[in-house]
Amino acid sequence: MNHLAELPAPVALLASALVLAGAFLSLAGSFGLLRLRTFYDRLHAPTIATSMGISCVLLASMVVFTALQSRLVIHEVLVGALVVLTTPVTLMLVARTALHRDRLENNPGVPRAAAPDETAEHPEAARPEGPPA
Amino acid sequence: MSLVVLSWSLFAAQIMLGLAFGCTAWRVLHGPRAQDRVVGLDILYINGMLLLLTFGIRTGTDLYFEAALVVALLGFVSTAALAKFLMRGEVIE
Repeated sequence: MNHLAELPAPVALLASALVLAGAFLSLAGSFGLLRLRTFYDRLHAPTIATSMGISCVLLASMVVFTALQSRLVIHEVLVGALVVLTTPVTLMLVARTALHRDRLENNPGVPRAAAPDETAEHPEAARPEGPPA
Repeated sequence: MSLVVLSWSLFAAQIMLGLAFGCTAWRVLHGPRAQDRVVGLDILYINGMLLLLTFGIRTGTDLYFEAALVVALLGFVSTAALAKFLMRGEVIE
């Protein structure tokens, strides 16, 4: 921990506040993933971890490394951009998958398809084995 | 003084991230359906990446950052592949 002793006090306090905030937000998102009732509710909880939790911890890392190396260190932006760009894509993919599977199994509480899709029009074209469990 | 604050808040952050890891791991192990497990795995990757970043701040090396970058990439690819598999029954058509 010797290198952290070189940090000036305001930088250290700012970094510790950012790290604490990011970890708490990430814990809140994961706790929501654990607690919420239905799958579609649960899908909303972790987005707080992937937006604010990530940004706070990455900002803390940027601040610490910029102060330690006495130059601008912003390569953490790469991770942040990657996560911020890919999380909506993956969550939309998983949500559409869950909707598709719920409709296939005629589960209640799921809205019907707006337009009849091709498996409903041509039942013989539907795959006989269905989705994997 | 500020060193003590920073080291203790890093410790507390690692404890909280470990608890978050446990929550998502429970969801992966006990998720009622497959899509719950996939979302749990995605957030498990994110929590592991945050844990790596806090280790990087604690040790002051850049190595942990590169590991975090790789973990973020692999998390996206694996979640997209699993969602595609659940949707269609195969990954590459």
